[in-house]
Amino acid sequence: MGGGTSPCASCKLLRRRCAKDCIFSPYFPPDDPHKFAIVHKVFGASNVSKMLQELPFHQRGDAVSSLVYEANARMRDPVYGCVGAISFLQNQVSQLQMQLAVAQAEILCIQMQQEQQQPPLMTHNNDHGGEDDKSSLVNFSSLQHYLSFASTSSTNNVMQDPLKRESLWT
Amino acid sequence: MNSSRCAACKHLRRRCPSDCIFAPYFPSNNPRRFAYVHKIFGASNVGKILQDLPVSYRGEAANTLCYEAYCRIKDPVYGCAGIVDQLNEQLKVAEYQLATIKAAITTTLQPSYLLDQSLHML
Repeated sequence: MGGGTSPCASCKLLRRRCAKDCIFSPYFPPDDPHKFAIVHKVFGASNVSKMLQELPFHQRGDAVSSLVYEANARMRDPVYGCVGAISFLQNQVSQLQMQLAVAQAEILCIQMQQEQQQPPLMTHNNDHGGEDDKSSLVNFSSLQHYLSFASTSSTNNVMQDPLKRESLWT
Repeated sequence: MNSSRCAACKHLRRRCPSDCIFAPYFPSNNPRRFAYVHKIFGASNVGKILQDLPVSYRGEAANTLCYEAYCRIKDPVYGCAGIVDQLNEQLKVAEYQLATIKAAITTTLQPSYLLDQSLHML
């Protein structure tokens, strides 16, 4: 071993020569052996190699990061892995969206109450009816901005994939 | 001659023993389930994960492994981790929106705000 670079973490673990074009070496440096050990334990070196080979070079780093994340999650929780985190987060998002809907209803009630309290002043100033209408419209339209928040369906988009999993369950 | 091999043993082209670790969770009528986990995790790793768990947890573990494998096949770069990221992002947005609305409610309910509104109408 005359002046050669040290083998990557994967080749060290697998006890093989680390080739110059080793698919693992850019992502599993020798100073972090635990990273590859975890991924190998959960996915297997051969599967990881195939997955990386099927990806363009510029996406491999991200793929390795996500595999490491999932492997760590599976080691911490062998039953649920990172699916446990997904369930937890979906719950949190649902709860927040419920709170958001309640808050939106509350602000709508407040606005309606204020409008009901305002008519005597508004009729007194009917000559300037246009401006008053505009000011009340301005208040309402700014509140409409808050009311449009809950209609985003991005959670539903994320949920569609988990819902499809029904076909995978026994 | 075992004519009712589980999906795993069919895929692996082997006999399905009576105590096959995969059989309860990978029935022959759903070959895709095992194909997915085998592609991503490998039969050997799945077998080890299941064997290390009490029997009562193995069904759930098999389900989550299938789900993770399916997500990884659909999104080879980010897999399930991508969904976690998206949900974290949604959480942040929802928290911000809720804080904004609550602040708006607080402002609207303050007496000084109501007085301003009344004065504006005069």
